[in-house]
Amino acid sequence: MSDIDLTSRPPAMQPLSLERRPFELRALTSGLLTGLTWGIAILGSIPLFSVIIMLVAEGGSRLDIEALTALPPAGFEMGGGFGNAIIGTLVMVAIAAAISVPLGLLAAIYLAILDPYSVVAGTSRFVAKTLTGFPSILAGVFTYAVLVINFGYSAVAGGVALAVLMLPTVVLAAEESMKQVPQKMTDAAFGMGCTRSQVIWKVVLPTGLPGILTGIMLAVAGAAGESAPLLFTALFSNYFMSELMEPTASLSILIYNFSAMPFDNQIELAWAASLVLVLMVLVFNILARLIGQSKV
Amino acid sequence: MAVNPFQHADSASSISGPPSGSDYLADSIFRVIALSCASLIVVLILYILWEIGGLALPAMAQHGLGFVSGTTWNVGSQEFGVLPEIWGTLYSSFLALILGGTFGVGIAIFLTQDFIHARLAAVFRTIVELLAAIPSVVYGLWGIYVVIPMLRPVAEWLHSELGFIPIFGTELSGPGMAPAALVLAIMILPTVAAITVDAFRRIPYKVKEAAYGMGTTRWEAILKVMLPTASSGILAALVLGFGRALGETMALAMLIGNSNQINLSLFAPANTLASLLASSFPEAGQIEVQALMYAAVVLLVITLIVNILGLGIQQYTVRKFEGKA
Repeated sequence: MSDIDLTSRPPAMQPLSLERRPFELRALTSGLLTGLTWGIAILGSIPLFSVIIMLVAEGGSRLDIEALTALPPAGFEMGGGFGNAIIGTLVMVAIAAAISVPLGLLAAIYLAILDPYSVVAGTSRFVAKTLTGFPSILAGVFTYAVLVINFGYSAVAGGVALAVLMLPTVVLAAEESMKQVPQKMTDAAFGMGCTRSQVIWKVVLPTGLPGILTGIMLAVAGAAGESAPLLFTALFSNYFMSELMEPTASLSILIYNFSAMPFDNQIELAWAASLVLVLMVLVFNILARLIGQSKV
Repeated sequence: MAVNPFQHADSASSISGPPSGSDYLADSIFRVIALSCASLIVVLILYILWEIGGLALPAMAQHGLGFVSGTTWNVGSQEFGVLPEIWGTLYSSFLALILGGTFGVGIAIFLTQDFIHARLAAVFRTIVELLAAIPSVVYGLWGIYVVIPMLRPVAEWLHSELGFIPIFGTELSGPGMAPAALVLAIMILPTVAAITVDAFRRIPYKVKEAAYGMGTTRWEAILKVMLPTASSGILAALVLGFGRALGETMALAMLIGNSNQINLSLFAPANTLASLLASSFPEAGQIEVQALMYAAVVLLVITLIVNILGLGIQQYTVRKFEGKA
């Protein structure tokens, strides 16, 4: 046996380090940095509140039925509104969604399920990620080169430019969502004798639908707020659109044009249009969140 | 009476059975369609490069590399150079990165390192995500009527007291580099914060517990353990945020003053490649369009390099942690 006596008490402990010492340098540094981080977080959220307050204060006072339905005023004219711009924005976003959602979904199906590890899948996944950081104005330059030079400024060209920007978001969100579908479910479907496309249409897509819709909603919200790609594809128009192949107004371009004008009436309208645009974007964002919460 | 348990499978009215030939055909057709959509994304970026490059070709042949080092943009004398725009693009993005990067990483630490209750953290995360949702033109409008008037007295004071320092060398006459960079910082903050939060989340919880177990304070754990572990992810966040800043257009076109000059001063007007495109393209004639296409190529090349670099670092980070786990 060892000569250590396990029954004896240890020598009395010095009142050592287990006490809190709030004024030690380490603790002070920690407290200081914690305060700094709180400061950063609060300061960082000020811009959002400032933007919202300005929008409600400046835009809310001007927002009425006339602003929502009338045509943009010229120069010194009073009154007026941006009804044609609201319609233009909605139409172009719809065109963009009609192009990018089917293409993006099919591409995502290939990336997530059909052949996730192939060279094509790897490359297009990487390109899609690169395209999410693609400057939006270059989508406009590209569409100008492809469509506008040949067919002139039009709502279709604006929609195509927005579709280029929506595509990567739709692809990556849909792929991510389909990957979340449990392997068991697809295995069970294959075990029942389903073909690959049956598994995809009847099991994977319905199960991953909330995530896919979230991605689509976020892409739509982003596209609705875009202005750079519309500058020289859809241009602007002071009239209601009568066909898809003519220059078309949009809320964002209206805000850009009116913000530089020396007339108070136009600037008030720019604020009101901003409020409408932000509300549209926020509605899509909130929809995306609500749908996303019901995920598998 | 004996019932054949498989009888229903034999009858013609049953829906069960092996896939028919047309099922197989539909399956292969579907596969080909999906494959072509996936390849379409790759084709799209090549087509973008080819189209923009093709239209820029005459200007490239005419101006050569002098386009990148030239400092005048004069349609009348057909002199085109984008050095001031390249400078303005890099300088504004760099300033935005310093500010937006600090705040983005700070907010990511705030959200992930147990400073606040998870429920409150979700509220803050929503606030940061909504910052990203506000359209660029709205930020531009806000910048003109809120940021510039707010900055003007500050800029005046800095210029009169510290005017000998080059970055405060001029007065803020309205639009300029400082308001543009400030708004740009707000716009890239959500990108930086989101990717940094992701980088912190990838660190296994036991790493932090081990640090606390050694008796570190919360900030010693963050500074000496969490930040170094997440460093490659944070680097990716900063590089991708920089990439976003480079391509941002509308807010800058509204705030930076569109003046082709190279000036270190924060309060002088400047220009960027993207806002040059935005402000000159709609009224440009054929020769100027070619020059603008060349400018678009320059912007495309810069942003592609930065984005691919950022994505590369991000993938390296993911692989590093998923390999170990």
